Amino acid sequence: MNIIEIKNLTKKFEKMTAVDNLNLEIKEGEIFGLLGPNGAGKTTTLLMLVTLKPPTSGTATINGFDIVKQPDKVRKSIGIVFQDPSSDEILTGYENLKLHGWLYDMPDELREDRIKEVLKLVDLTDRKNDRVKKYSGGMRRRLELARGLMHHPKILFLDEPTLGLDPQSRDHIWKYIENLAKEKNMTIIITTHYMDEADKLCDRLAIIDKGKIVVLGSPKQLKNDLGGDIIRLKAQTLDLDALKKLPYVKEINPCDGEVCLTLENANIHLQEILQTVGTIDSVEIRSPTLDDVFLHYTGRAIREDTPEGSWAEKAMNASEKK
Amino acid sequence: MSEIKGIYALWYRETKVFLRERSRVISSIINPLLWLLIIGGGLGSAVSFSGINYQTFIYPGILIQTALFSSVFFGVYIVWDKKIDFMKEVLVAPMRRTSIFIGKILGGSTDTLLQVLILFVIGIIFMIGGIMPGLKLTPFSVLVSLAFLLVTTVGLVSIGLILGSQMESPEGFQLIISFLIFPLFFLSGALFPITNLPGWLAPLILANPVTYAVDGIRGVMMGISRFNLLFDFTLVCLFALVMVLIGTYAFKKMKL
Repeated sequence: MNIIEIKNLTKKFEKMTAVDNLNLEIKEGEIFGLLGPNGAGKTTTLLMLVTLKPPTSGTATINGFDIVKQPDKVRKSIGIVFQDPSSDEILTGYENLKLHGWLYDMPDELREDRIKEVLKLVDLTDRKNDRVKKYSGGMRRRLELARGLMHHPKILFLDEPTLGLDPQSRDHIWKYIENLAKEKNMTIIITTHYMDEADKLCDRLAIIDKGKIVVLGSPKQLKNDLGGDIIRLKAQTLDLDALKKLPYVKEINPCDGEVCLTLENANIHLQEILQTVGTIDSVEIRSPTLDDVFLHYTGRAIREDTPEGSWAEKAMNASEKK
Repeated sequence: MSEIKGIYALWYRETKVFLRERSRVISSIINPLLWLLIIGGGLGSAVSFSGINYQTFIYPGILIQTALFSSVFFGVYIVWDKKIDFMKEVLVAPMRRTSIFIGKILGGSTDTLLQVLILFVIGIIFMIGGIMPGLKLTPFSVLVSLAFLLVTTVGLVSIGLILGSQMESPEGFQLIISFLIFPLFFLSGALFPITNLPGWLAPLILANPVTYAVDGIRGVMMGISRFNLLFDFTLVCLFALVMVLIGTYAFKKMKL
């Protein structure tokens, strides 16, 4: 069953089209990733799906409800962790979670149990009675996550959920989310910059660029589609023309000032390639990663785009403003 | 059921935040005291109306002033909520926009009425101390005044929320409300009697809903009023009703 069906979803701002005729189906219980550089339209898509921004045209159904015509019913089926901080800083961490439980009409006992559970998960139990004002950027981020996970929605949206978290907390949180997806058959849609994370977690993912889906598939399938292995060469001068003549070299891409070749059975052909290109400084053979997939389809590396200002920085700005 | 819990959540948050921000509570008391003591005391040495000392005369006006400034200003917090994205958390929750609006009104009204209650305590102390002769703070007059203040506050909080829901910068909000608050205050008869007004001023004052709140409270506290109590109260209720309706609409149309 498709729990989310996006049909011709479009969002236009004055000068640009942020989301361009998006069509996508997401199955129940799936962990689905939206990858893309900044300004690709990931967050805008998410905000439309959670009914916070109206689409210019097109629509989507979530859990069978139309996001334009039945926003109230859509909101009952979803939960979201925003990219930006959205807790009240004058309240304590615990109070923010309690407020969330009330807003989502959770029974009192369940609410208190869940608060304990998620506080433990994000390692904030000791600080739960401190005002959020006193939290560091990372702690605020964790509180935000705890809050989003608290009411176990049918569909959970996570916008860059682990941005700015240390690897250990990231692992904890992902394990919890994977469990939720499995045990509760929860559908999870995430946007992320971390390719390794997307690779490990997502059942399927879509790479979005300039508001359009460039490619869609499981991480494994996307990597296989690139065809074979990658050889990375570093050299002062490379005889590119000679390389292009080798029949088994499928693709030649510049990457980070070096050259990446895509080919099958790299270990067999390595000898010939090295002879063809002449003197080299270093060579590396590896299997393709999602970074390579991204590079292949968008023509640039995802790491070139860092998110606008770190999350912690934004949190600090916000608190200064207040 | 879920709506009521949500409304309670919003009210709880506004009240908690208000009580924790001591500067807000303190400044809300200092300002009216300055008016009462300096303007009231200074002019009171020379001015009186219908045998009522000026300081006593403006006491209802100062109550309304406190309600007016605090209520309309409350709208700025919704602009802040948008800025710190707390608004997103609320808007994405399974609650009707109308309930969000009601929660905010209750929160803002509680803040305002807490400040007004402190002023009542000060009024009673002044009355007993003989500082404001002619002031009749009986259980009846206090209850009627509170009813007036409550209804007026609901209307005024709505004005603040309507403006706040449509604006994006707190600075812009402050600019707009000062253009709104001062005319509402000065044209309400808070500081002078509204009988025998110059011809150009009378319509402005009669068009101001706050006028009727001041008139009603002054009537019940010291027996000076231009209109009948019931007439005053009806107009104040109408004002609140219209503002709540516009506010509900504004919240439905609110964009992030």
